[in-house]
Amino acid sequence: MTTPAKEKLVVIGNGMAGINTVEQILKLTDRFEITVFGSEPHPNYNRIMLSYVLEGSKTMEDIVINDWNWYKENGITLHTGTTVTKIDTASKTVLTDGGHNESYDKLLIATGSNSLMLPIPGSEREGVVGFRDIADCDQMLEAAKQYKTAAVIGGGLLGLEAAKGLVGLGMDVTVVHLMNDLMERQLDSQASAMLKAELERQGIKFAMGKSTAEMQGDHRVRKLVFTDGEELDAEFVVMAVGIRPNKQIGDASGIETNRGILVDDFMRTSAPDVYAVGECAEHRGVCYGLVAPLFEQGNVLAKHICAIDTDGYAGSITSTKLKISGVDVFSAGEFIEGPQHTVIAAKDEWKRTYKKVLLENNKIVGAVLFGDVTESASLQKYVREGTEMTDEIYGDLMGTGGHCGGGKSKTAAVEKMADDEIVCGCKGVTKKVIVDAINEKGLTTVDEIKACTGATGSCGGCKPVVEQILSYVLGDGFKKTAKTGICACTPLSRQEIVASIKEKGLRTTKEVMHVLEWHNPEGCSKCRPAVNYYLGVIYPGEHKDEKESRFVNERMNANIQKDGSYTVVPRMYGGVTTPEDLKKIADVSVKYGIKAVKVTGGQRLDLIGVQKEDLPKVWEELDMPSGYAYAKSLRTVKTCVGSQYCRFGTQDSMGVGAMLEQKFERLDFPAKFKMAVNGCPRNCAEACTKDIGIVGNDGGWEIFIGGNGGIKARLADSLCKVKTDQELTDTVAAVMQYYRETGNYLERTSEWVERIGLEDIYNKTVADAESRKALVESIEHALTFVEDPWKKVLNDKKTRSELFETAKPAVPQA
Amino acid sequence: MNHELNTLTANGVALDSLDRFPSRIGRVFLVDDTEIAVFRTSDNEFYAIENRNPHPKGGPLAEAIVSGRYIYDPLYDWKIDLQTGFVQEPDSGQVQTFRIEVRDDQVILFTK
Repeated sequence: MTTPAKEKLVVIGNGMAGINTVEQILKLTDRFEITVFGSEPHPNYNRIMLSYVLEGSKTMEDIVINDWNWYKENGITLHTGTTVTKIDTASKTVLTDGGHNESYDKLLIATGSNSLMLPIPGSEREGVVGFRDIADCDQMLEAAKQYKTAAVIGGGLLGLEAAKGLVGLGMDVTVVHLMNDLMERQLDSQASAMLKAELERQGIKFAMGKSTAEMQGDHRVRKLVFTDGEELDAEFVVMAVGIRPNKQIGDASGIETNRGILVDDFMRTSAPDVYAVGECAEHRGVCYGLVAPLFEQGNVLAKHICAIDTDGYAGSITSTKLKISGVDVFSAGEFIEGPQHTVIAAKDEWKRTYKKVLLENNKIVGAVLFGDVTESASLQKYVREGTEMTDEIYGDLMGTGGHCGGGKSKTAAVEKMADDEIVCGCKGVTKKVIVDAINEKGLTTVDEIKACTGATGSCGGCKPVVEQILSYVLGDGFKKTAKTGICACTPLSRQEIVASIKEKGLRTTKEVMHVLEWHNPEGCSKCRPAVNYYLGVIYPGEHKDEKESRFVNERMNANIQKDGSYTVVPRMYGGVTTPEDLKKIADVSVKYGIKAVKVTGGQRLDLIGVQKEDLPKVWEELDMPSGYAYAKSLRTVKTCVGSQYCRFGTQDSMGVGAMLEQKFERLDFPAKFKMAVNGCPRNCAEACTKDIGIVGNDGGWEIFIGGNGGIKARLADSLCKVKTDQELTDTVAAVMQYYRETGNYLERTSEWVERIGLEDIYNKTVADAESRKALVESIEHALTFVEDPWKKVLNDKKTRSELFETAKPAVPQA
Repeated sequence: MNHELNTLTANGVALDSLDRFPSRIGRVFLVDDTEIAVFRTSDNEFYAIENRNPHPKGGPLAEAIVSGRYIYDPLYDWKIDLQTGFVQEPDSGQVQTFRIEVRDDQVILFTK
C-alpha cells in the first residue's frame, strides 16, 4: 500500500484569518501538507485583544491563540519573520524575502491589513505609531513610561480602545476626531454622545471636529497643529484612522485587486488555486475589518477547499462591540435613520442606556444599543435575517407595553440564536459547538466548556452568553446537578418545601420537619426561621408565629448588641418627626442611660445600649410604634423633601413615603426591605439602591426594584411608570407580595430579581391584571393581621417577664 | 419566691414553677451573682448553663435558638451542646453547665 502524496497548502499570513481557516480545514481533512509564512516573529495571536494587553488585563502570552506546539502537533511548517514577496501563479510557487521558494497546490492569502497612516507633515517623526500589532503595542507601553501627553488620531473603535489603554497607563490622552460624532460608522448621534460622556468620565479628553495639519517637534513629535490653528501638546501619537487591506502581494503577482484582493463567493482570486480570506480580501465590493466575517469566510473556504458541498459566502452583516470595560456598545446593520425607516427608540438618561431599532417595510434592518447590550445576540440575528417585526419581538426587545425597559428572560435570547451563530468571537466557537459539547460530554460548568471548546478562554466577553446557553440547555437538569437544600438539615429547596406545605397542609415547623424527613428533627438556626416564615406567608392570620423559631432580634423586637444590650428604633414615617417626639426620645434616653443616639442611614434615630429588662419600659414611655429596625420586614421609606417644600419637587414624596410606610409596615418579608420615594428625578433619596425605589416625575411615578447599597451593591431596575398614587400603591403591593411568596428566606430583592427575572416580575405585577389583583388582595388580607409588636409585649405580662426579666430566686440558707 | 420550698431542696435553688418555662425559649436567672440561662427542650428536658457566650467577644446565650439539646447562640450562631457545654465543630470552647431538675412542678437548680 502506498500513502497518496499529500497536497501542498501554503498559507501567506499567520494571523487570525489564515490560521482559523487552517483550523477549520484540519477539522475536515488531513490531506494537506501545510506551510505557513508569517511576517511577525510570533505564533498566531488574537489581534483584537491587543487592547487588553495595553489595558494591562492580559499579557502577551494570554492572547496567543495557537502556541508553537500547536503547529508541531498538527505537522504544520511555520516560518515566522518571513514575508512572501511574490507569487508565481504559473509555476505555483511563492518566493520569500529570504530568497526561499515554496511550491503549492493550493495557496491561501491571509495577509490582513495595515494601519492607515495619514501623510500628515511631520508624521515621520519619532513617537508616531499605528495600532495594529504587538510591536505597536510594545511601543505604546514604552512611551507611557517616558512621556505624559498623548494624542490618538481617530475616534473609531480602535482609536478609543487605544486611548483608554493609554489613560490606563497613566497618560494624559486626547482623542482627535475629524467628525463631530465618535464611532460614526457604527453609532448614531445619540449613542455617540452617550459614549463620549462615558469615556470622558473614564478620563479621556476629546478634540472633536478637528483635522491635524501638522505634527511639530524636534527628532520627536511634541505637538499637533490643527487646521483651525489650535494646538495640542502630544509627545506620543497613535494614528488610528482606519485600516488598509494588505493587497501588495496580489498587486506584485498579477492577481486582480481593487481596494483589496478580489474574491468570489468561494474566496477564489483571479489566479487558479489561489484564495484570499479576511481583511486583505474584497468580496462583492466590501473589505471587512472585523472578526466575525473572517470566521464566516474561513468556514466557506475550508469546506470548498476540502471539496465539501457548501453555499457560497454571501457577505456579512457586521456588528460592533467596543472592548472598553464599563462601556457596552453594539450596532448592527443600518443604524442611521432615513426617510424609509420606521424608528423604535428608547433612551434612559438615568440608567445611561439607549436602544434603537430601525425597520424598513416592517423588517428589522439595523440596531444600536448603548449601556445594556443584552439584546445584541437576538438583534444581530434579526438584522441578518431581515426578520419581520412582530408584537412578540417588540415585547422582547422593548418590554411589553413600552413602559418597562430591559426586562426579559435572557435564556429566551439564547433559544432564538441560530446554531451557526458565533458565540465566542475570539475562538470562532458557534452556539451548536457549545450545545453539542454540553449534551455529548455532560458538561455543567463554564470552565468545562472552556476546556472543551475554548469558548470564554480568551477575552471572556462571551461568558454571560455561554452561561445562558448552559442554563438553557440543562434547564431543570442544571438545577438538579447544582441542587442543595436550604441548609444541611434537608436536601429540599424552598420551592419543594413550600409546595409540600401547601399540598400536605403542614401547619408547624415541627410538622414540616417531621413529615419532610429533616435530618435534624428540630432544624437549625437557618431552616427553622425560614420554615416559620414560609408558613406565615402561606397561612396569614392562621399560622401561629413561633417565637422560638425567630432569631433573637425578631423575638425581642430589638437589635442585640455584642454586650447583650439592645438598640431601639421607633418609627419616623418617611423620615419625618416632630419636636414633641424628639423631646420624648431625649427624655427617655436620659432616663434609661442610653449610651448613644445615632442618626441611622434610613433617616431615623437609634437608641443604643438599652438594657434587656428596660426594653418594655422604654417602649412604653416612648409610646411610638416599633421601627422594625431588627426585622425581616419593611424598614424605612427614605424620602426627599418633595413638592411640599422643594422648589424642584414635582411630587409629594414625604407624604407618599409616609403613607406607604404606614400601609406596609409590620409585614414579614424574606429579608429586610427598604424603600425610597423621590419627588423628582434628581433622586435625592437614592431610589437606585432600594428594594423598591420610587421616582416622581411631572406626570406620575417611575418604580424601580431590586436595588441594593449593601454587601453586594446593585442598581435597581426600572419596573414601570404609573400615573396615579393608587396605581403606585397597587404596584408596590403586588411586587411586595410576589416577593413574599417567591423569595427564598434571607434573599434580598437584588438577588430575587436576578433569579426570577424582571420580565416575570413585570408580567405578574404589572402586565397581567388578574395576577396583579390576586397579589394585591393577598397582601391586603395579610395586612389585616399585623399588630405593633411593642404594644403586644406590653399587654402580655407573661411574655414580658419570661423574655425580658432576669429572675432573682431567693437562695436557701445552707 | 416560695421560701418554704427553697428550704426543702438541699443545695438547690427553686427557680420558678414549671409552667413559667416556655418551650425552646431561654430564661435568665441570677443566682449567687452568676447569670444562668435555663432552657426547656421540646421533650421537656431542662438544661442550665452559664449565660456567658464562649466566643472571645462574649455576650449572652439565653436568646439562642434551641434545637433538640443544642442551641445556636444568638450573636455568632455557634452550636453548643446543652448537656456537656461543648461548642460544636468547626468552632470550639465550653460553657459551664449546671444540674437542673423538676420536682413537684418546681424547677430546681443545683449550683454545687
